[in-house]
Amino acid sequence: MGAFLLRRFASLAFVLWAMTVLVFAIVHILPGSVAHMILGEYATDAAIAALEERLGLNDPLYVQYWRWFSGILAGDFGTSLTMDRPAGPLIFEALGRSAVLASIAIVLVAAIGIALGIHSATHVGTASDRALTLGQYFFIAVPEFFWCILVILFFAVWLGWLPATGYTPLAEGGLLGWAKHLILPVSTLVLGLIAHVSRLTRSSMLEAIESRYVLAARAKGLPERTVLRRHALPNALLPAITVIAVDIGILIGGIVVVESVFAYPGLGRMLVYAIENQDLPLLMGGMIVVTAVYALANLAADILYAVLNPRIRVGGAV
Amino acid sequence: MSATVATPAHRLPRTLVTGLLVVGAIALLAALGPWIAPYDPDAFDMRARLQPPSAAHWFGTDEFGRDVLSRVLSGAHHSILMGVGATAISLAIGVPLGLIAAFRRGWTEEVVMRCIDLMISLPPVLLGLLILAVTEPGLWKTILAVGLVYVPIMTRISRAVALDLLSEDFVEAARARGEGAYHILVREILPNAWPPLIVETALRITFAILLGSALSFLGLGPQPPASEWGLMIAESRPFIAEAPWIGLAPGLSLCLLLIAVNTVGEGLRDLLDPRLRGRGHG
Repeated sequence: MGAFLLRRFASLAFVLWAMTVLVFAIVHILPGSVAHMILGEYATDAAIAALEERLGLNDPLYVQYWRWFSGILAGDFGTSLTMDRPAGPLIFEALGRSAVLASIAIVLVAAIGIALGIHSATHVGTASDRALTLGQYFFIAVPEFFWCILVILFFAVWLGWLPATGYTPLAEGGLLGWAKHLILPVSTLVLGLIAHVSRLTRSSMLEAIESRYVLAARAKGLPERTVLRRHALPNALLPAITVIAVDIGILIGGIVVVESVFAYPGLGRMLVYAIENQDLPLLMGGMIVVTAVYALANLAADILYAVLNPRIRVGGAV
Repeated sequence: MSATVATPAHRLPRTLVTGLLVVGAIALLAALGPWIAPYDPDAFDMRARLQPPSAAHWFGTDEFGRDVLSRVLSGAHHSILMGVGATAISLAIGVPLGLIAAFRRGWTEEVVMRCIDLMISLPPVLLGLLILAVTEPGLWKTILAVGLVYVPIMTRISRAVALDLLSEDFVEAARARGEGAYHILVREILPNAWPPLIVETALRITFAILLGSALSFLGLGPQPPASEWGLMIAESRPFIAEAPWIGLAPGLSLCLLLIAVNTVGEGLRDLLDPRLRGRGHG
């Protein structure tokens, strides 16, 4: 386990470093002057020269890269161009709010997705299984941003139950005010993912139920509940964990969309804001932070998988 | 699944046929869009702003009095181009990379696969955002970005398939005949690798349309006054209470297209590679 962890951490460090190079390269090497991009096409030459001086854009690229990279290592993400505040605190504050959305969503997706999948697999061919299968089919293909529009239309505009957009800090609005702003974003986030996870759980559970070890357990005369719970379920959960790990990537993408629509002040909305306003320090820092979070989440999933499935540690193929 | 259903002579899955019919119908409407649209999709008519669906305007009008049906029709080709174009790009780059990595092994494979690892260290939407962040947005840039996002998965799949095939006897035979790398990859491996690649391609089109329209919903695709469906939905947001049809019409059209394309993909999977059932997404 020690060697496994060491290898994983080394590759994580490498990916993060390579990502800083990639992000920096995309932002700086693409055609067009950075100062032009920030100031717009009608900027005067003097204004551009002044900004280039201020941002150190006249230095060679490797000097600029090193300044930015060593800053990040020291926890300094530079200064936001549009808000004139250090980008680091802005990014981490937004990350915290996104993390609330993401963690509630993951818990819901895992719990509801796996439960529905098991229900389908143990009730194959019944009306509820068919309804779930049809639902999964539908929910996987409908884009998140359209769900956002639909739930706003139904729950905010027509029924008036929930606020359409915005965010109230826990300290100001109390638990209820805070939660009210989370319900619609979270439910939009989880719909497609629950469909996906429940579908995968159904098929892996079915595979387990049809396996020989389940047959053997039944032949021993164990009660059906014990067979399902002790023999089929643990084996069916492994693929489900892999799927949830893959879904973290989709979830992060969904958060960008959902935060933008619901005007929820998280990291996803901040990235879109940074792009719209060409706030490069905010954009670059935000991308690195997302990469780090995503890599850590994948690492956590891998560790969980390795703990549950000892074979993987020996082979080391993942 | 559909094996027990009485199927036509060619034993095509029923889902595949249904999906193909719907996709074909949408593609036909998209191609004929400019001719069958009842109004000019970009023509303002300030006297007819925000009108609900009626006999004159089946899907209503938007905030500039533009006919929503005409805009939905004229925008259909964007989504189809995004799906097909981006998938074609990811195939054109990913398949050769995967085949070469599998054939060469050693450091070539190492370099290719590490680059792929790096590309998937950002979730798809974020990688798309990053690629589009610093360029002027537009339809073709969105297509290119989405295509690049899906290069890694195509590379991985074609490498895995090629690795399997490289140990087959017919490849051994070709090697023994002294055939070169090009011949082995293009004449021996590729023709045998197509079933899993076709399945992946078909499923990938759904996600390419999803990602492309999400990016343009975020403002990183075709720019106004384009009638791309994701963009139309984004533009409809301020009027959601008074004129929900502006967003519902392109949204429901997009859902119909996505479900139909996905059905084709799953039908192909059932037909060509039943083992892969239940995979996909992302």
